[in-house]
Amino acid sequence: MAKRVGMEVAIAASEAVALCNIDMAAVYPITPQSHIAEHLSDIVADGRIDAEFVTVESEHSAISCVAGASATGARVYTATSSQGLMLMHEILPIVSAMRLPVVMGIANRAVSGPLNILNDHTDIMSQRDCGWVVLFVENGQEAVDLTIQSFKIAENKDVMLPTCVNIDGFQLTHMVEPVEFPDQKLVNKFLPPRKPYATLHPDKPVTMGTFAMGDIFPEVMKAKDEALKGAKKVVLDVFAEWKKMFGREYKLVETYKTEDAECVFVTMGSMGETAEVAVNELRKAGVAAGLVKIRLWRPFPFEEFRAAIGKAKLLMVMDRAIVHGGMGGPVSVEIKSALYGEKNPPAVHDYIMGLGGRDVAVDDFEAMAKKSLEAYRKGVEKDYEFYGVRG
Amino acid sequence: MKKRKWPETWQEVSPGCIVAGPANAREYLTGSWKAQHPVWDDGKCIKCGLCYIFCPEGCVRETEKGFFAADLDYCKGCGICAHECWPGAITMVQEG
Ligand code: SF4
Ligand code: SF4
Repeated sequence: MAKRVGMEVAIAASEAVALCNIDMAAVYPITPQSHIAEHLSDIVADGRIDAEFVTVESEHSAISCVAGASATGARVYTATSSQGLMLMHEILPIVSAMRLPVVMGIANRAVSGPLNILNDHTDIMSQRDCGWVVLFVENGQEAVDLTIQSFKIAENKDVMLPTCVNIDGFQLTHMVEPVEFPDQKLVNKFLPPRKPYATLHPDKPVTMGTFAMGDIFPEVMKAKDEALKGAKKVVLDVFAEWKKMFGREYKLVETYKTEDAECVFVTMGSMGETAEVAVNELRKAGVAAGLVKIRLWRPFPFEEFRAAIGKAKLLMVMDRAIVHGGMGGPVSVEIKSALYGEKNPPAVHDYIMGLGGRDVAVDDFEAMAKKSLEAYRKGVEKDYEFYGVRG
Repeated sequence: MKKRKWPETWQEVSPGCIVAGPANAREYLTGSWKAQHPVWDDGKCIKCGLCYIFCPEGCVRETEKGFFAADLDYCKGCGICAHECWPGAITMVQEG
């Protein structure tokens, strides 16, 4: 068994990228960034991997640059967060429409303004509909494992879609955690060189990034949507192969003590570990609490989610972002759609919390459960709530 | 190169809408965009060739008799030829 080492998660994520035999990376190193960019450039500069590290002049250029390199058939990586991701926005749907298997690490942070840079999920949620495969990790080990698996998912011939790994900014990226790195030889076996569908080569000319009017555009969109939905099966296959080779098991939706749970927390990202402790505390106090953690956000695993919540009567959704002017947070909106038309669906209580880096501790989860259970037992409908907001 | 089927179904669209092979822009008939098309009255034409020079699509050609005509597969119906033809030999006519 491989040795466990203590390492900052952002650095561990770039070490994971280094195991993936990438050809090229382009990252823009200004705040908000994480040590992913810095450490990856060290790895390349030290000659530890044979790859190009392109120093670009903006995030817009970073994503454009990796898209171009990916079109040539290269295996590419980039990383960003917050405003950087916002600046990439214009290119994100182009990368997915061109079916380029770019892999990106996102150190999730709030989006300005006010200027903040601390952790929440506003950055990725505002890019939700760009057609990327979107994964969330809970700890350092998952950041390593899912970064490597992302290349295999993205490059699968039935997927060919960009994939991003969401790692909570600061809460995870800047924490030192115990991680175990898979053996390079095994990774090479797990992740053979990319076999591109087409490349940019003068001997075999193709046109990429074509023009398409209303007579073909909807067909292209439908094809992309089907590919993204179909990616779920590939993610499952890749998780299964990972388990076989490296022993660690991943599910699209993870469950914790849900079998007999009456009320269930729903989380994404690093808060899942805190919520586990809260579930234990609540159970000590006689509350049948459980926890569901969504790992695959896009494509949303509807069937797996419905199976995961079991017979719970009350869902308490933890949203680290807000759909302004909508019905709460993006996760709860998704969950309500997942439950539409179900017989006796559970009540869905939505808490907007942890915005802009505000801590959410174990007793906060307990307090939210208490509030929700009170409302539920009285039969009161509950609107979404900005948890812990003064006033 | 295999002739591409058109219009394709969503299952037939190549991944990323990639177009294989070079020099196939001519297969895309941009003439389908137009709302009007030019009609020449050779009786008024003085064969100055301005329509040929000004057509931004390059789709105006000289005919065997030295008059001019547009290839309607590529004419976008912009009306520049009619605007530039000072003897008034070109009229724009509504499609359909
Ligand atoms: S511009 Fe008018 S007159 Fe001149 S060649 Fe064209 S149609 Fe004839
Ligand atoms: S209408 Fe425009 S595109 Fe058509 S022939 Fe005249 S100048 Fe060319």
